[in-house]
Amino acid sequence: MAEQISLTALGSKQPLQQSSSETSADLTFQDVSLQYRMSGHPMQVIKQVSLTVAPSEFVSIVGPSGCGKTSLLRMISGLNPAHSGQVCFRGEPITKPLSNVGIAFQNPVLLPWRTTLQNVLLPLEVIPTHKRQIKTHRDRYERMAQDLLTTVGLEDFKNHYPQQLSGGMKQRASLCRALIHQPELLLLDEPFAALDAFTREEMWELLQRLWERSQCTSVLVTHNLREAIFLSDTVYVMGPRPSQIVHTLKVDLPRPRTLDMCFTESFHQMYSELRRHIQRK
Amino acid sequence: MVLTQQKPINASPYSLESWVNSKHSSYLLPLITTVLLFIVWEISVRLFSVPEFILPAPSAILAEIPQWGRAVAKNAWITLATTLVGFSFALLSGVLIGFTIGYSKLANLTIYPLLIGFNTIPKVALVPLMSIWFGIGAVPAVITAFLLAFFPIAVNVAIGLATVESEMQDVLTSLGASRFEGFQKVGFPHTMPYLFASLKVAISQAFIGSVIAETVASNGGIGYVILSASSNFNVPLAFLALLALAVMGIFLYSIFMVLEKRFVHWI
Repeated sequence: MAEQISLTALGSKQPLQQSSSETSADLTFQDVSLQYRMSGHPMQVIKQVSLTVAPSEFVSIVGPSGCGKTSLLRMISGLNPAHSGQVCFRGEPITKPLSNVGIAFQNPVLLPWRTTLQNVLLPLEVIPTHKRQIKTHRDRYERMAQDLLTTVGLEDFKNHYPQQLSGGMKQRASLCRALIHQPELLLLDEPFAALDAFTREEMWELLQRLWERSQCTSVLVTHNLREAIFLSDTVYVMGPRPSQIVHTLKVDLPRPRTLDMCFTESFHQMYSELRRHIQRK
Repeated sequence: MVLTQQKPINASPYSLESWVNSKHSSYLLPLITTVLLFIVWEISVRLFSVPEFILPAPSAILAEIPQWGRAVAKNAWITLATTLVGFSFALLSGVLIGFTIGYSKLANLTIYPLLIGFNTIPKVALVPLMSIWFGIGAVPAVITAFLLAFFPIAVNVAIGLATVESEMQDVLTSLGASRFEGFQKVGFPHTMPYLFASLKVAISQAFIGSVIAETVASNGGIGYVILSASSNFNVPLAFLALLALAVMGIFLYSIFMVLEKRFVHWI
């Protein structure tokens, strides 16, 4: 056990031995920093962030605009590498995009030339293990996608094009696309920011259902504190640039959570606790 | 792959508005305006007794068909063939160079300025030179058609590829897609609307190119017919040739419209 922890700390490229005791960390940030060059001047965006996410844990990152929340998520996705420090998934440093990760962005970015069903199938046409099989087992994969679309209530819209769908429907399709390849890590970058308040709350319940079904480790970036509390096991608050984690909140509400819980005393207390730690520059 | 048209529920089936949105009106209305144009033309020429060598009436133009119809058809065929050959070369190289420019920053910086510079030269100015290099005949016409049609295709394809939203690319990249897969799944389909928009412009440009070259360096084709008819003051024949040109232009344009609907079905 002690040896395993030191391996993680050193960021060894060797995968950790699979053991029952290895439940403490799925995703680790080790002294991660990030700098951008803005018109020649280096600007520190993220300063020495360290955190760990347990398997199947739902984590939210909240903070003021421009504090580097999205950058943090892009580091996990392998789209942007960390400048110093290390981001590891299951003990392996992330250096390039991983195929067992699903991502949903603020913008649903569905491909307009594909129907809803074809959009959901997209990851399977790209990921090596599925790519080979989808040509011969197309109907099996299509059934899988249809099942997923049924869970989010889009079964009647599978042959519609994105421009025929409402904002909420597009985002639901985008969630399906993020989950179709049964990822072990789900990354959500303000996926509901463009939706109206009521649709948004519906999406919280939907996402909770999907997460409970798939049991994948999830990281959500959001500006909405109620959303963060409703969905998460742990909420991390980031400070203004150069950002660090300034507060950690464990949410101990029982699951499955309901919208009624948003009006309880303990929910309000957590909300104001988070709000106090969000500061503007 | 046909999108269902959403119709307003309260539009009465007999209103003008609902008829304008119907399928038949899309070819009936242009037909009606064309016929009306010819009628107004005929009446005005007779009313103001415009001499035939200035502006012949449609009836006088059609009266040329028994004598000249066969010759015009033969030359129209020559023009159509040179235009299509030039256009095909333009399509092939335009798509190829457009994708190269849109895909590689290096190609963009090296080739693109040259292309723009070359495009500012009026192509008509090159036709006399080409008749020196290639003689009188179909070759200068094919090359002029190619030169005029190439530029819009290359530029539009390059723009189509360069304007792929970075988020769309992120979706593919985050799944570990290769650059080729990114092109196959996103870049290529994203470019299709740009390509087809440019084809409709390019086919008209190709026609202009071949007709210009035919008037200067050819002894066949519609351009040649117009030139020799006007030098004989046979204005009705010149108009008949123009009419043939318009019919061919509209025909090709509508082919590309149909193809566009087929291949860019989502817009």
